[in-house]
Amino acid sequence: MDAEAAQMIGAGLAAIGAGIAAGGVGNVFSSFLQGALRNPAAADSQQGRLFIGFAAVELLGLLAFVIAMILIFVA
Amino acid sequence: MAGESGKIDPMYQFKIEPLAQLNLAGYDVSFTNSSLFMVLVLGALWVFMAGGMKREMVPGRWQMAVEGATGFINNMLTANVGPEGKKYVPLVFSLFMFILMANLMGMMPFGIVPGVHPFTITSHLTVTAVLALFSFGTVLVVGFWKHGLHFFSLFVPHGTPWWLLWLIPVIELFSFMIRPFSLALRLFVAMTAGHIMMKVLAGFVINGLNAEAAWVPLIVSFPAFVLMIGITLLELLVSAIQAYVFALLTSLYINDAVNLH
Repeated sequence: MDAEAAQMIGAGLAAIGAGIAAGGVGNVFSSFLQGALRNPAAADSQQGRLFIGFAAVELLGLLAFVIAMILIFVA
Repeated sequence: MAGESGKIDPMYQFKIEPLAQLNLAGYDVSFTNSSLFMVLVLGALWVFMAGGMKREMVPGRWQMAVEGATGFINNMLTANVGPEGKKYVPLVFSLFMFILMANLMGMMPFGIVPGVHPFTITSHLTVTAVLALFSFGTVLVVGFWKHGLHFFSLFVPHGTPWWLLWLIPVIELFSFMIRPFSLALRLFVAMTAGHIMMKVLAGFVINGLNAEAAWVPLIVSFPAFVLMIGITLLELLVSAIQAYVFALLTSLYINDAVNLH
């Protein structure tokens, strides 16, 4: 396999990471909603934590994107 | 934008072009399209703030908008840092509004004027890294100024068992040092990825309309166009969320520096 093909395959594999991060982000918001619907009064005070969790999960998905971009354009 | 072969380069939108050549002591300090959009963002911010700072007794809509923005950051810092957080409102507010305006300015449809295209200044790692360094530098300065060398107790959380003392500080130091990178990288990649996706979808629409076969516009261009409307709305949401997350994480880090653990 020549190097360019391997780069493209690697970039495609990195997209799996983005997909899994999508599941993670969904999990963050679904858990929040589950909790919020049981105790709506406490939901507003936890919105900051919701976005911290969202940011942490999203960063890992974005890192997969960075790896794909490095493979395509830099490596 | 569309090349000769009909191939659309989604990275072209991030190209920095000098608008006025300037050289200072051998360094290239040209006024680029990035600088131009920074000035535009500053101008928009100035107009927005100046219009709402008239201190009327009965606030109009504009003043309510500005008060909403400042009150939002004020609440965030009070909730996360406590009463001492009020001192940092100007810093976090400036970061938040600059990032928000820069993200939104990159989404503006300036492209309808031929030859003009919007430039997202936050889609460059150098810009976001400087913004993250403001946040990280404030934490370092405030932490060492307030607590002196006691600031290093940040790396030993309360209740650490003695037999983990060799491991926890290393992990804490690592997570502390990675903060500016994660702040900068998150903003930069979120904006870059969104804009690449929008350009790729726009390429589907344009290339589909230019295709020879008659069925291509209906099957390819139309769904891509509908999807693009949704993605554009999502991008507007992401612009706001990224600015909010940056401000939120900055206020959390300031909380670490002010109150330690």
